[in-house]
Amino acid sequence: MDGEKIKSDTKLDKERRTFIKNVLSGSIAGSLLLVLPMGADLVLGDSSRPESDIPEQIPGIRGREWDMKAHRFAFIVDITRCIGCGSCCVADKREYQIPDGFYRTWVERYLKDYEDNVYVDSPDGGVNGYQTPRDDLDVKIRDTFFVPKLCNMCEYPSCVQVCPVGATFRSPDGFVLIDSKRCVGCAYCIQACPYSVRFLHPVTRTAEKCTWCYHRVRKGLLPACVHVCPTHARKFGDLNDEESEVAKILSGPGVLTVLKKDMGNHPSLYYKGLRREVV
Amino acid sequence: MNPLINYAFPNDLHVHWSMMIVLYPYITGIVAGAFIVSSLYHVFDVKALKPISRFSLLFALAFLTCATLPLLMHLGRPERNMNIMLTPNPSSAMAGFGYIYNLYGILLTLEILFIYRPTLVELRRKSKGMMEKVYMLLTFNSDNLSERAIALDNKIISFLAAIGIPMACVLHGYVGFIFGGVKANPIWASPLMPVIFLLSACVSGIAGIILVYAVIKKIKGEQVDIDCMRTCVNYLAGFFIIDFVFEMLEVFSHSYLNNWYHHSVDGLLWGPLYNSFWVAQVGIFSVIPLLILGWLCLTKVKDSVYRVAAPILGLMLLLQVLFMRWNVVIGGQLMSKSHRGYVTFHPEWFDKEGIISVLVIMALPLIVLFILSKIFPFWMDEETEAVR
Ligand code: SF4
Ligand code: SF4
Repeated sequence: MDGEKIKSDTKLDKERRTFIKNVLSGSIAGSLLLVLPMGADLVLGDSSRPESDIPEQIPGIRGREWDMKAHRFAFIVDITRCIGCGSCCVADKREYQIPDGFYRTWVERYLKDYEDNVYVDSPDGGVNGYQTPRDDLDVKIRDTFFVPKLCNMCEYPSCVQVCPVGATFRSPDGFVLIDSKRCVGCAYCIQACPYSVRFLHPVTRTAEKCTWCYHRVRKGLLPACVHVCPTHARKFGDLNDEESEVAKILSGPGVLTVLKKDMGNHPSLYYKGLRREVV
Repeated sequence: MNPLINYAFPNDLHVHWSMMIVLYPYITGIVAGAFIVSSLYHVFDVKALKPISRFSLLFALAFLTCATLPLLMHLGRPERNMNIMLTPNPSSAMAGFGYIYNLYGILLTLEILFIYRPTLVELRRKSKGMMEKVYMLLTFNSDNLSERAIALDNKIISFLAAIGIPMACVLHGYVGFIFGGVKANPIWASPLMPVIFLLSACVSGIAGIILVYAVIKKIKGEQVDIDCMRTCVNYLAGFFIIDFVFEMLEVFSHSYLNNWYHHSVDGLLWGPLYNSFWVAQVGIFSVIPLLILGWLCLTKVKDSVYRVAAPILGLMLLLQVLFMRWNVVIGGQLMSKSHRGYVTFHPEWFDKEGIISVLVIMALPLIVLFILSKIFPFWMDEETEAVR
């Protein structure tokens, strides 16, 4: 046991040294990473790092064998809290190095005028934050709100149903994932997903989508977007843990909805305070 | 659409299924349709179609050999294409394609070899060198033309042709279901989709045969068999009328149901698809051909006029089906799943899935057909006529 620890520590030290060297020599475009703790965590936090170094964010995962059936994860987006800052999109883009023009998650801006006309936009998926009002509208706006979008982790996922080679699958722990080594890039899943959260990655030429940061969750960490959201509009947790915030919200009296309920996909992504205008 | 309210989901700006996926159902449709023509003779005994009964099979084979090309061009990882057959996902409408395609290919090849056997045996006797080897292979080195052998051949041919009909229908109805099974897309998600695909397949197959038959005969300076041509056009009329009725029924139900989901279809057809749907598919290439069909089938048209009009009609209906495929495949993706807006698609010339590739892929079956014509005589001459 001790021997193993020492081994992993030396390996870690070596990695730290190379990391710092890389930062100093500029080969990691990295000053940002040093400033933003989450990013640095992730660069350093590969499997060799003792998990206890990073505080646990989802209780009940660390230190035990992963039980495929033990958890039931849910994601809740609270529309009333989202301020459209785009931090989640930045975190996501950095986590996965997604090229411009493709979105694992994005934030939409809804405007409503006094005639009930709805104007939606999402320039660059909202990654720059909505810092200025829309200047192309010449109407008096009655109401504005933001809606973050991501994979719904459907219980009956259309993407899994149509994938001809089984590259997209629903793992027993409830995550819909893609095996990019198996995907043939036919894009059938992209057509089938009612929420348009999928795209063909221009470099790997395979399908790609939000995973709710499966790799982080398995280590007891929150999805990157949830972790950075300054207003706590994105929430994530285990419904089987009665103490978790999501379990409390879902069993409480607040109004929760899912997107495109009629599609019959049974999303595990819920929206709190969702407006009827949202598709 | 008002650009202020037009909103498409950011990932919907990419049209992932582009022209290659337009060609894929187009080519398999021509295969299925051409096969039906030969079956009309071999199974339903429509004698007038005898002159093209063999040609239509080779025509189907030529297109079948190229049917997977557009798919391979389209796949992001074409080198993994075998995964579709190695690890098929039973719930996927696409997973069966490899199997159906291959089975159908085997069936078609077998049918051709059996139908041509007496001719091939004859040709083997007459030829030397390389060609002799080719014919030896194609006849499985058997030159038994006894009455019993021929009778057995005929039984096998009828059997193959008979199971070929449902298989051709499956091959193409199934392609329709690949689209019809996508619930997220209101223009695709329709039980009518396989039916429309199948009927339009028959239309494109018959139309293609009429056109190519007339062109080949023209090049060779021979006359087309006018009875055969008239019969083809009559069948074409039948299939096309039903096809067109279903296509319009689909549009009508969408606009009549008119819930939020179907609403986007209306906006699509009257918006970005106006030209390719109403003007091209419906106006120029459906209504005008219908008038021509009425004129050709219901009035006494002189043979000489018929010989010119029929291939023109064939060409128009081939284009009708091409536009229909375009409007379904590309059109379907121009409608964002936000149900709030539409996107545009501009074909590229030199892309992997661009216009040049389309032209090359559409030319390939004709080249294959030319090569096949060097091995299999298309038209029956007297001696083979005696055998079948
Ligand atoms: S939202 Fe789309 S990609 Fe995600 S699980 Fe559902 S169908 Fe699949
Ligand atoms: S693109 Fe990949 S994951 Fe999507 S359906 Fe095709 S093979 Fe499956």
